[in-house]
This record gives sequence, structure tokens and C-alpha cells, in this order.
Amino acid sequence: MKVLIVGGGKPLYFLCRNFTSKGYEVVIINRNREECVQLARQLTAVVVHGDGSDAGILKEAGAMGADAVLAITPNDQDNLVICQLASLKFGVPRAIALANDPDNAEVFEKLGVSAFSTTHIVGSLIEQRASLEQVLNLLPVGEGRVNVTEIVLDADSPVAGKFLKDIHLPKNALIAVVIRDNHPIVPRGANDLQAGDRVVLITLPENHGPVLKVFTGEKQ
Amino acid sequence: MKTNQYIVVVGCGRVGAHVANQLSRDGNSVVVIDSDGTKFNDLSPDFSGFRIEGDATHIAVLKEAKLKKADVLIATTHEDNVNVMVAQVAQKMFNVPHVLARVFDPKREAVYTQLGIDTICPTSVAADMFLQAVSNNAGRNERVES
Repeated sequence: MKVLIVGGGKPLYFLCRNFTSKGYEVVIINRNREECVQLARQLTAVVVHGDGSDAGILKEAGAMGADAVLAITPNDQDNLVICQLASLKFGVPRAIALANDPDNAEVFEKLGVSAFSTTHIVGSLIEQRASLEQVLNLLPVGEGRVNVTEIVLDADSPVAGKFLKDIHLPKNALIAVVIRDNHPIVPRGANDLQAGDRVVLITLPENHGPVLKVFTGEKQ
Repeated sequence: MKTNQYIVVVGCGRVGAHVANQLSRDGNSVVVIDSDGTKFNDLSPDFSGFRIEGDATHIAVLKEAKLKKADVLIATTHEDNVNVMVAQVAQKMFNVPHVLARVFDPKREAVYTQLGIDTICPTSVAADMFLQAVSNNAGRNERVES
């Protein structure tokens, strides 16, 4: 897998370190010469110095054969143009742009570019965690259209001691796994839930709140 | 052509201000957007349109300019990528019928013509004019010699 990342700063550094440790071939494009030198010293990636929204620089970085392009510069207009060039001119199958302004995530999608907003993701994570300390983990998948949540049942939970078949979940929600004493169980209707169980739930953003209430009670 | 059009000009530099002044003088309703409010000083005293200080890559700023009602959008900031983004947003999200963007880099112009955005490239315009002037001059010299 060959990934092109345009941008700089700590997010780029850690992303790149993560990708190279997985064995991906990473090429970085950065406009700042000094940062390029630093990155080339710290990482086992090819570093190209230049403007990533310039077709010539993208070509030099090998956009033609890349599997994915990630544009994470602090300027939304640059991220949009980088991704459009990558997919229109170089036929890169996946081009993903960071939307610094959360409103632009929707704009980019309408203009045909996959986008994500860290403000959205971090914001919703913090909200979920602050409102429910039992929620251990919340992972948006499928571009945020599906949530995977891990919660711990306490003794007050209305579902503790109940069988799965007797628990009424809102539509389009699933109890995927129950972890009891470090043993994962893929539950069926005849399984029960107990206080202390860690339950992994699959929900959609629209039913996430109501589903959590089933497991934690009304206190929110 | 409609005589009184609603025109949004993004970027109030030398070109933007000139275009906005002239369009306003011709009787159009003009809104100028620039992230630097001091740039509005370049507008002529008889400019009768609106001025909005803000970053045009933020959709809230474009909404404030009532882009939905606009007949024309002209993007003339000094950054190609800003112009290209604003032009696309105007066309695809606000359904502005006529969108024009200034793009300095001729290599980029080709890509955006593909996307259906009318672009004006000052670099190639100036280059063509120089070349034309040179060839006209050469023609004249030949005539003198013969």
C-alpha cells in the first residue's frame, strides 16, 4: 500500500510513523524546507519539498501509483484542491481531505471529496465520555455512519440479570460482544447480562443515545 | 444581458476592487468579500455595494453574502486554491449560474476547465499579449525592410 500525505506538524509525524510501522510505503509532501529536513531525519519515508496542490509536485511524489492521498494541511482550500487533483488527474482511488472548518466536511463531500473533521470526531468523543463515564470507547466507523461503543454495566443497570431475548433494543442496534472476566462471548438470546460485563454495541448515530439509555438507565 | 445583476466579488485586491467599482457604477448590486477589511479602502467613493469582512472559504461568510440569490460570482483572491474552492462551492452548493475564477497557474487552469468552472489565467493572457505584440512588431519590421 502506498500512501501520500500532504501536510505537516505532529498529526503528520504520528500518522506517518503509524503507517510505516504497518509496512506502508509513505511519501510526505511539505512546503516548509526545514520541516522537510527534520521529517526526513526522523522518519523512514520519502519527503518531497513543495506545494502539494501543484500537479507537478504530486507527480514527482508518485501520485500516479498511489493507493491513497491524505490532505491534512491547515488550509481547507488546499486540501480540497490536492484531493481533486489526486483523483481527477492521477486517478488515485482514495483521496481524503481534512476539513479544518467542520462545515466544510459537508461541502467537500458535495464536491466529490471524502472528508473528515477532527473537531466533529473529538467533539462527539468528549461529549459521549463526559455524559457517561461507563462508556469506555467510542469508535466511529464507516465514515461516522456507524458507532462501535464499549460500556461497562454497573449494578444499577436496568439490563443486569436479564436475558438478551428480553431486552428491547431500538431498531438497527446490536450487542456484538460481551466480555466477562476477560472472556469474550458472542451472545445469543439465551445469554444473560451481568453487572461488571463489558458490552460492545453497534449503533447508528441516530439511535446511539436511546440505545445507551437501555443499558444505563435514564440518568443522563 | 440583465442590466441589474446581483454580483459577488471575492477578494478586494487591485483586480477585485477595479471590477467591483466598475460593476457597481454600471448599476449592478455588488457585494465584495475580503478577509482584510483595510482592502475596502481601494473601493471608489461612489461604490454603492456591500462590503463583508471574512474568509470566503467559510460557508457562513458566503451565506451572509446571500450567494443563493447571486447571478454571478467572481473569485479574484491572490490564492488559486481559494478561488477554485469558492467557485466550486458557488456553482455546486449555491447554484450560482455564472462563476468565474482567477487562476494564476496555467497548469491548474486545465483541470478546472474540466470541472466546468470558467477560469481566467492572467499569466497566459499576459504571455499571449506579449507574444502577439512581438509577432506584430516582427511583421512590421519585415514590411519596412522589403
